[in-house]
Amino acid sequence: MQRRDFLKITLATPALGQLPAQADTNAYSDESRRTVVAEFTINGRSQSLTLDARATLLDTLRHQLGLTGTKKGCDHGQCGACTVLLGGRRVLSCLTLAAAVREPVTSIEGLEGRDGMLHPMQQAFIEQDALQCGYCTPGQILSAIACVEEGHAETRASIQEFMSGNLCRCAAYPHIFAAIEQAKPLMRKR
Amino acid sequence: MRAFSYQRIEDTDAALRAMRSSGGPQAVNPPVQYLAGGTLLLDLLKLQVLSPDTVIDINALRREYGRIVVTEAGLHLGALVHMAQVADDPRVQAEYPVIAQSLALAASAQIRNMATLGGNLLQRTRCPYFRDTSWEACNKRHPGSGCAARTAPNRLHAVLGVSDRCISSYPGDFAQALTALGASVETLHRDGRRSLELERFYRDSNEPEYETQLLPGELITGLWIPAGSWTRRSTYLKIRDRASYEFALASAAVALDLSEGSVREVRIALGGVAYRPWRAREAEAILKGHPLTEANAAAAARAAFAGARSAGQNAFKIELGQRTLVRALLEVGQLA
Repeated sequence: MQRRDFLKITLATPALGQLPAQADTNAYSDESRRTVVAEFTINGRSQSLTLDARATLLDTLRHQLGLTGTKKGCDHGQCGACTVLLGGRRVLSCLTLAAAVREPVTSIEGLEGRDGMLHPMQQAFIEQDALQCGYCTPGQILSAIACVEEGHAETRASIQEFMSGNLCRCAAYPHIFAAIEQAKPLMRKR
Repeated sequence: MRAFSYQRIEDTDAALRAMRSSGGPQAVNPPVQYLAGGTLLLDLLKLQVLSPDTVIDINALRREYGRIVVTEAGLHLGALVHMAQVADDPRVQAEYPVIAQSLALAASAQIRNMATLGGNLLQRTRCPYFRDTSWEACNKRHPGSGCAARTAPNRLHAVLGVSDRCISSYPGDFAQALTALGASVETLHRDGRRSLELERFYRDSNEPEYETQLLPGELITGLWIPAGSWTRRSTYLKIRDRASYEFALASAAVALDLSEGSVREVRIALGGVAYRPWRAREAEAILKGHPLTEANAAAAARAAFAGARSAGQNAFKIELGQRTLVRALLEVGQLA
């Protein structure tokens, strides 16, 4: 077994507190730790991936897993296009280090029901014509679902405030708000 | 993004072992960076403003530093609590509204779900000449190189606490609320634990390459906000270029203890206008013991900005900052 392989295995186990005490500084900047083995649960499926330590969750979804529904807009946490659910909370996958992910991830590909039906929020976006170019839409839909589940979709004003992290350059905002209002009671019934 | 090695630590002992022992204050771009929410770190890694050789993931420490505790004596917040948790906490909303509001008005819902309180305190300025490394002159990134903002567009820059070396504006909101309420920061380092008053936590602009009192490797573990008769009647007013998801042009954190219309105690901190979270003690002194009238509020606001220094395009902040403080004082005076 090579040293690199050993360190990869060590990284994948939770026993990191047992590193030798004298290895305080140099061990932590060891070049072999620039690659990590990460375990993911994405849309209900478990995966194990070898990643560059720098890889974001966004790039991992798109390039390693082929889940291109999650979009890269600004890549700096300013537009919300890359929004996914992490442990049920909405987060920005462009600012999430893939190696640090420890909770299940839901992307737009994971919303379809077992019966093949669209999620009520997806259906509402179609019926309310809540998109034009569609690039921000996956992020809008995931953010909207979380907005309802957080209890922040009680009024139009609250929806506007709590959806402000998702920009739409086509300015479909009134339709997006209407879609959220349409989907909210249907989500309760699911 | 430069290559780095990633390490996740599982407990406080591992954190202590990972800390590098070297003297002097923590530099702007240290070789070891802690990763909590990552909202700032990932952004600045991509911009190559930060280029650590090691990133230490501390999220497992949430077990130890992830609680909100409200007692008679005050409010204790773990450093790894997410911003959204505090913003949505009904006890904090009722007893310390300025704290909950400062967090609710910051960033976006997604970022508030990710970003932690400890990381929030360490957010970096949005000065474009700091964030864009193609600008050679930035005393924060390269001490002694100059300050591009003094002659380039500087509408968003600070007017209080500035120096010839740096006129960047502190971008956060939460730290203003904490400063007004006299909070302290709890930390862990190789030699033990310590507590630092938030008002003294941030350094001044004479040495912009050092931003806080933290030592290399020192970890923020929590925040302590002492209870007071002024915490309940408190507010955070944030004025910005758009209604949501934007940094402050001017903001005011105000906490007030009113007795028969007269100001018994008042705490004021200003944001968007200053190099660091700015406690306005001169303004507090003018208000104390007097009725809370518009004229007194205006006099206090003038005192708060008496030392303001414009760099050109940001001159409007001197007027806007005063109006923001007056409005915040009068609004909080109306609260039941």
